[in-house]
Amino acid sequence: MRFVDEFRDREKAQVLAARIAALCEPGRRYGLMEICGGHTHTIYKHGIEDYLPEAVQLVHGPGCPVCVIPMGRVDDAIWIAEQQGVTMTSFGDLLRVPGSRGSFLDATARGADIRMVYSPLDSLRIARDNPDRRVVFMAIGFETTSPSTAMTVLRAAAEGLENFSVFCNHVTIIPALQAILASPELHIDGFIGPGHVSTVIGCEPYRFIAAERGRPFVVAGFEPLDILQSIQMLLLQLREGRSEVENQYTRVVSWEGNQKALQAIDEVMEPRPTFEWRGLGWIPDSAMRIREKYARFDAERLFDIPAARVADPPACQCGEVLRGIIKPWECRVFGTACTPETPIGTCMVSSEGACAAYYNFGRFSRQRVRQATPA
Amino acid sequence: MTERTEQDVLERIERVRRRRPRVTDERITLSHGSGGRATHTLIEALFLEAFRNPLLEPLEDQAVFSVGASRLAFTTDTYVVSPLFFPGGSIGDLAVNGTVNDLAVSGARPLYLSAAFVLEEGFPVADLRRIVASMAAAAERAGVQIVTGDTKVVQRGKADSCFVNTAGIGVLERPVHLSVSAAHPGDAVIVSGPVGDHGITIMLARGELGIESDLRSDTAPLTELVGLLLDAAPQARFIRDATRGGVATICNELAQASGVAVILDEEAIPVRPEVRGASEILGIDPLYVACEGRFVAVVGRDEAGPAVEALRSHPDGGAAAVIGRIADDPPGLVLVKTGFGGMRIVDMLVGDPLPRIC
Amino acid sequence: MCLGIPGEVVALDIDRPGMATVNVAGARRQVNVMLVEEERVQPGDWVLIHVGFALAKIDEEEARLTLSHLEEMGQAYRDELRAISQSRID
Repeated sequence: MRFVDEFRDREKAQVLAARIAALCEPGRRYGLMEICGGHTHTIYKHGIEDYLPEAVQLVHGPGCPVCVIPMGRVDDAIWIAEQQGVTMTSFGDLLRVPGSRGSFLDATARGADIRMVYSPLDSLRIARDNPDRRVVFMAIGFETTSPSTAMTVLRAAAEGLENFSVFCNHVTIIPALQAILASPELHIDGFIGPGHVSTVIGCEPYRFIAAERGRPFVVAGFEPLDILQSIQMLLLQLREGRSEVENQYTRVVSWEGNQKALQAIDEVMEPRPTFEWRGLGWIPDSAMRIREKYARFDAERLFDIPAARVADPPACQCGEVLRGIIKPWECRVFGTACTPETPIGTCMVSSEGACAAYYNFGRFSRQRVRQATPA
Repeated sequence: MTERTEQDVLERIERVRRRRPRVTDERITLSHGSGGRATHTLIEALFLEAFRNPLLEPLEDQAVFSVGASRLAFTTDTYVVSPLFFPGGSIGDLAVNGTVNDLAVSGARPLYLSAAFVLEEGFPVADLRRIVASMAAAAERAGVQIVTGDTKVVQRGKADSCFVNTAGIGVLERPVHLSVSAAHPGDAVIVSGPVGDHGITIMLARGELGIESDLRSDTAPLTELVGLLLDAAPQARFIRDATRGGVATICNELAQASGVAVILDEEAIPVRPEVRGASEILGIDPLYVACEGRFVAVVGRDEAGPAVEALRSHPDGGAAAVIGRIADDPPGLVLVKTGFGGMRIVDMLVGDPLPRIC
Repeated sequence: MCLGIPGEVVALDIDRPGMATVNVAGARRQVNVMLVEEERVQPGDWVLIHVGFALAKIDEEEARLTLSHLEEMGQAYRDELRAISQSRID
């Protein structure tokens, strides 16, 4: 596959691994945070940590839009799905996320009409094809995904659809990063930046991290070589005493971002005064809601959702995992009470949650494997 | 210090995973039907618990027993696929080939099938004719006869148009004893062709994902291919056809039952470009996607080369390949060496692989 | 977040402006290309697809530069290794 396979080349990986090792100062340890859940997934899926020296530790960040949805919002979505005449549509990522009364899949078992879609446009098509159903799209995601929801609402408006609405749970990345930086327990030397969010917002928004907080920031692509190269660029900055925002993902990310996408978001959505993030608490200006102008497409206005605040189960340490304070296996219920089969928290059920990634891909002792598979 | 503590956690997890499975759900969900962990828990904790007997316990895809001087293989499967008709075949083809294959992979010669239909009120007779015609053709191709059957009709809304159950009987004429617990360190893991064709075809045929391709289901009888394999590799340990849950699920079943590690080589696994493309778009892993005309086999290291060569001599086996090997450590786990050169686990999924956007 | 896949634009939809057929290794899907309108995407161009929308046009020259930079790094590395091994022979 073009633009994919070339960036999975093993030889180039070995070169980068050598460069990375050479850039590590003896005796120093480096904590690099990969913000984006998609990066966490790639790192585990391709076994990228096998190319890193012990001195370089990757810390998983909060960029998993499924992981940060509080249980109360999942409950609200399920409540909507259970209303008369409603067809709820959702990305596959959400179907197993547990609310306080079970997941979307459990709700389907109880009789709710919940359908998986690949794109919000598919949800629109379902609305068009089923004028007697109230079709609701469960919108999640960072700035990568909000433009698509926004464009879909604009499309719905242009077509005059009367049975389509969006339950908006879009969140924004910068406030999450600020919350991470404010966290005193965290020692991050540099950031592997979210490549696809950056196709929309560009690289400028991260400037404060490098300039004011003195941490190097490299916007990274999602193929293994992209991630390794970004790590090499971060270590080079640290070695040279620089702290800048650099763009590794130049084939897709521009410094200014995608203006059309930003305009679409701005036309349809506005920031909420505050929003609750699982594990990070209430963060101001960190999430989007549908503007008054498009009220007829806003599920929160059309439905009288319970909006109950549900606390995480006491055993759940997702918050600490999301902030990178503990590793997945350090969570007291990891792998025992909390497994992909019986998830307690979202980090375990979301395909890009750090716990799921580690449990499904990384849960083995590398020492043992190195013995079992010579060269 | 860190290594030891993480090791403690990993060991604790393995102990928990080895505990007796229990079903705690109040209701059946779709995960229970996907062939992954939820299915296995249901089978072990509910069905095996209730029916327990020595023939059932190995939980192979077929039961093998002696009647008089003959060794017989006996199996059953129910087909509930939607849509009923898809590129490459129909529920009828699956119903015949699937049961034939469950017999063939035990080394048996499939002989007779039963066919039971549950039809929804209102189901078009023309569609039923098409399904039955495809079953007749598939049976002829597979060299079996459908000798008994049943038909039930249920009220509209109760059966999603047509469900088919087939049961099959075959005779074991070879002195093979294939078993999921027979893998040894050093053995080779073989797949008979490209993986994921059927599952992706079905996913795309449902239409909701809006993706098109020229893919067709790989539904086919495996009897001849199994015969070629056993001729070339008489010491073969294990053969299973990869259906729900895909190659990854079989390897996990193997690793656990035999107490070995299965180490796969990602680059060696044959995958058609369209399966890869669709999987990349959807964010799913072809290793977990269902096939309907492929098997995974474990043979001794020395027999691997001749086995693959024999498979490749058959029109359906052109892409057969060694995809991995059996090791002794870490036992019970499936690992894959990625094309990139790193290692990751291939765990059993809870339920169906779901497309993701993240 | 953000499963974005490179796909090749096969055809622009004449009946529905703003939509295009995009091909990923033989899997084809209708994709909304209005967010990359200004790039004047044509058949043969590659775009980054996310949930049925093209978010960016892939800059093939930049892709080539990234890879060739890595290739040079590889060459420099091999030169270094050779220099080291030669200096040891002395």
